Amino acid sequence: MNTFKFAIRAFCRDWRSGELRLIGLAILISITCLTSVSFFTDRVKRATEIQATELLAADLVLSSASSIPDEYQQQASKNNLQISYNESFRSVVVKDDKLELAEVKAVDEHYPLRGKLRISDALFANEYETSDAPRSGEAWLDTRLSQALNVELGDTISLGALNLTFSKILTYEPDRGGDLFNIAPRLLFNRSDLAASQLILPGSRVRYRMLVAGEQNYIESFRNTIDTNQDVRIQGIKDARPEIRTALVRAEQFLGLAALVSIALAGIAIAMTSHRYATRHFDNCAIMRCMGLPQNQIMKIYIIQLLLLALVAGLSGCLFGYFAQEGLNQIMSGIMEKALPPPSYKPVITGLIASLITVSAFALPQLLRLREVSPLRVLRQDLAPVPVNHYILYLIAIIALVILSPWQSGDYQLTLYTLTGLCLTAIILAYVGYVLIKLLGKIHPHLKLAAHYGLANISRRTKQSLIQIVGIGLGVTVMLLLTLVRTDLLSNWQHRLPDNTPNYFLINIQPEQVDAVNNYLADHIKGDAKLYPMIRGRLIKINNKPVNEDDYASPRAKRLATRNFNLSFMEEMQADNKLVSGEWWPVNREQHNFSVEEGIAETLGIQQGDKLTYLIGGKELTGKVANLRWVEWDSFNVNFFVVSNPEALIEYPGTYISSFYLPTTERSVLIDLIKTFPSITIFDVDAILNQVRIIMNHVVSTIEFVFIFTLLTGLMVLVAAIQSTQDERLHESALMRALGANRSQILSGLIAEFIFLGLITGILSAFAASIIELALAEYIFKMDLVINPWIWLAGPLASCLLILLTGLYGTREILASSPMRVLGRA
Amino acid sequence: MQANKLGKQVISPEGTLTILDNINLSVNKGESLAIVGVSGSGKSTLLGLLAGLDTPSSGTVILDGHDLSRLDEDGRAHIRSQSVGFIFQSFHLLPNMTALENVSLPFELLDRKDAELQAREHLQQVGLSHRLQHYPNQLSGGEQQRVAIARAFAGTPSILFADEPTGNLDQNTAQQIIELLFKLNRDNETTLIMVTHDMTIADHCERKVVMAGGELNES
Repeated sequence: MNTFKFAIRAFCRDWRSGELRLIGLAILISITCLTSVSFFTDRVKRATEIQATELLAADLVLSSASSIPDEYQQQASKNNLQISYNESFRSVVVKDDKLELAEVKAVDEHYPLRGKLRISDALFANEYETSDAPRSGEAWLDTRLSQALNVELGDTISLGALNLTFSKILTYEPDRGGDLFNIAPRLLFNRSDLAASQLILPGSRVRYRMLVAGEQNYIESFRNTIDTNQDVRIQGIKDARPEIRTALVRAEQFLGLAALVSIALAGIAIAMTSHRYATRHFDNCAIMRCMGLPQNQIMKIYIIQLLLLALVAGLSGCLFGYFAQEGLNQIMSGIMEKALPPPSYKPVITGLIASLITVSAFALPQLLRLREVSPLRVLRQDLAPVPVNHYILYLIAIIALVILSPWQSGDYQLTLYTLTGLCLTAIILAYVGYVLIKLLGKIHPHLKLAAHYGLANISRRTKQSLIQIVGIGLGVTVMLLLTLVRTDLLSNWQHRLPDNTPNYFLINIQPEQVDAVNNYLADHIKGDAKLYPMIRGRLIKINNKPVNEDDYASPRAKRLATRNFNLSFMEEMQADNKLVSGEWWPVNREQHNFSVEEGIAETLGIQQGDKLTYLIGGKELTGKVANLRWVEWDSFNVNFFVVSNPEALIEYPGTYISSFYLPTTERSVLIDLIKTFPSITIFDVDAILNQVRIIMNHVVSTIEFVFIFTLLTGLMVLVAAIQSTQDERLHESALMRALGANRSQILSGLIAEFIFLGLITGILSAFAASIIELALAEYIFKMDLVINPWIWLAGPLASCLLILLTGLYGTREILASSPMRVLGRA
Repeated sequence: MQANKLGKQVISPEGTLTILDNINLSVNKGESLAIVGVSGSGKSTLLGLLAGLDTPSSGTVILDGHDLSRLDEDGRAHIRSQSVGFIFQSFHLLPNMTALENVSLPFELLDRKDAELQAREHLQQVGLSHRLQHYPNQLSGGEQQRVAIARAFAGTPSILFADEPTGNLDQNTAQQIIELLFKLNRDNETTLIMVTHDMTIADHCERKVVMAGGELNES
């Protein structure tokens, strides 16, 4: 017999008769979900990355202390990439008798490759975008430098041997990243004038940069050709500003979570529908065995059918996924700043492989039971194959999810949390469900007929009821998480950047100016503007062992080991910080204490209890790490990697820093502020703030859409769970009708059963969702959350309603057709 | 078909239970044999052993020249595909296949290119040429059993096992089915082994044996 041809015929028959449709539908929905997530996240991610690239002024930046090797230019040209060069260094800018140290940058006419420069024609006047770079002979100065030199547009300034005309005020430079408060005022001029300045001499400290932009895959292949052993630092978009990095990481976490939960739910739905399919095929199998088909051939037939189903449903899912994301693109066109890049083919491959893995892990183990069907079943219906060991099933499912999920979410930690969460939820649902079912068993004899019949059904089919409670419970839990909890989490996240997020920073406030500045700000600025001390120091020893950049592998750690830190001191911890370990300043203040941000502590290998020694103004200060802190960097408040208790640093020389929110309409206050305190420098971070807000909006809209599909898979689990006992329910109801029960009695019995099932799962799901919400807020998103009380109403209500509707729809046949027909089929 | 010292025991909570004890039976080619007995006498168990659907605790079964006890399940399946046909009390048609597809199945398993044509002919022989595209649940009990008979003869088996073939049918339909079964049996020169508790049906067979208390006696 040609097994493949026979399997195709069997596939067509099963499909036609509707036997495979449920599994097919489960695969279809899950793959539609997966691919639409993949298509869309792929596009949005690229769009978001494009947005983020503007903060690099390129897609990739190579920088070096010596000139960038020519081979990189050749490589980049070979990859059809755009290139722009610039050199930056510190130099003194002179106007008449005034000298000012500035961060000078020589740019070519292609600069910037991503994003736009913004300039203005007067101090604090309206800024506008420009595609030009300074022309030869011209210089663009930022507000600080023009203030410091007291120059006006058209004046001539000197840079080394070069005289330049001050032609524009530079207000925004896309790649002005790094540590905002460590950079000197800016002067931008044309690279063709660089030689004439005679400032670049052997041994000069110059940062050479090569900016590269182009198609993502070319960028990737170019990035792979770069030899990181050479003194060339590569900066991609994820290495850009920490605020953007945090936003992107959050986005990936949210979307990864959605994709992961979709896979898990689809898996449960597929497992449930396949279980029913396998059970319904015991007789078919026995008959085929009677006709002489060997076990292995029967299995081959079913496996080929399953693979065909995975292929057909998977491909259809990819197609639906494509349309779904295209539809979303239309909906989102008003929200998105720019058109999304076209979809790539990758999600189709992802979808097909995911379809095969999902089917193999969730449907195949159920079908393997068919291998054990005895041919004797044709004579003895009670001979059913031994059920597959549940633990093996769970293990296979978890392995499949572990394979699939990091691929979807790209995050092992998230996978671990989510899978553990799902498993724990399932265990809790099963155990508490079991107790409740046993309780029902004791209550139902005392109830009236309908409730008695309904409850008896639940407690009599304990095992199936438990499977339903776990399946439906997981579905409803996820639905609650996706509706109510999602809103809590997302709005909480968006509220981190409220309208009054600080958009101006003041630095260089001298200690003697603190009172005056405080008074000035209190009079002119609405809201809080707290002043923090800032003392510069370099970490020289950890536990009395000298800090050496060669001891660290990562480029970030090497940089941190050599640079100056901005230290601060404070009595109370800032509101947007959280203790990760240790305690805030101990009662015993005899020794100095430090509080270190957890990220930097990890990078530099610092642990709580370590002794750190800083070199501050020629003096050494040693203290103990009292605690590690988590800092909400995307809050735009003033924050420090390392702070000490006031006694430790109060005697050291330093300045003060502050941040505040000022509406655009009140910018005249800034001019007055500069006149009152000429030595203070103002930083405008409005542009960066807006950039972050746009990215956040993108992310939130995407997540909301993606969750619709996860919600659909949740619903699919619900349908599959109800369907799993449908045959049995149909048969019992037909029997009762044959014994004289009327339609309304049967109907009320069914309604009672569905309502009780809904109540049990709804209450358990509300409990599970609340716990998961707390865990997510605490450990993943680091947000403060209160439990949403609506969960306790919405959970049971939604659960009852959904189960009732799905259940009654599934059992409509019993009420519509004659009991004889149903019984005759058994 | 020959059964020698056939025995079947099962383990039950009350200890070992003997269902068949030292059964000896031989059926010649083309012969028809009825195994009769009350419910629970072990008739169906014997049928399962003779057809190679189950393995005995002791003794041997020789079917079409093959010792079934020396074969594994796949070996027995091969014998079934070549020489054996079945008719069951509850018809056992595949619910997701039409009448035509049900009868085509044995031909498809033998990889016959004319499967559908052959199936049509067999359905015509049982008087169901007007029901080819009907699914089992769209057919009456008698019609379903006719499809099952057409399917059983489709593989031109040398031996046919029938387990209470009229057990689910009314008297009139049962009579028609039995006539059809024996007609086809004669036309195809098939050996027939039938389990029944109905003596009128058993009377149609050339030979009768009675199962009682796990033992077999010629009647």
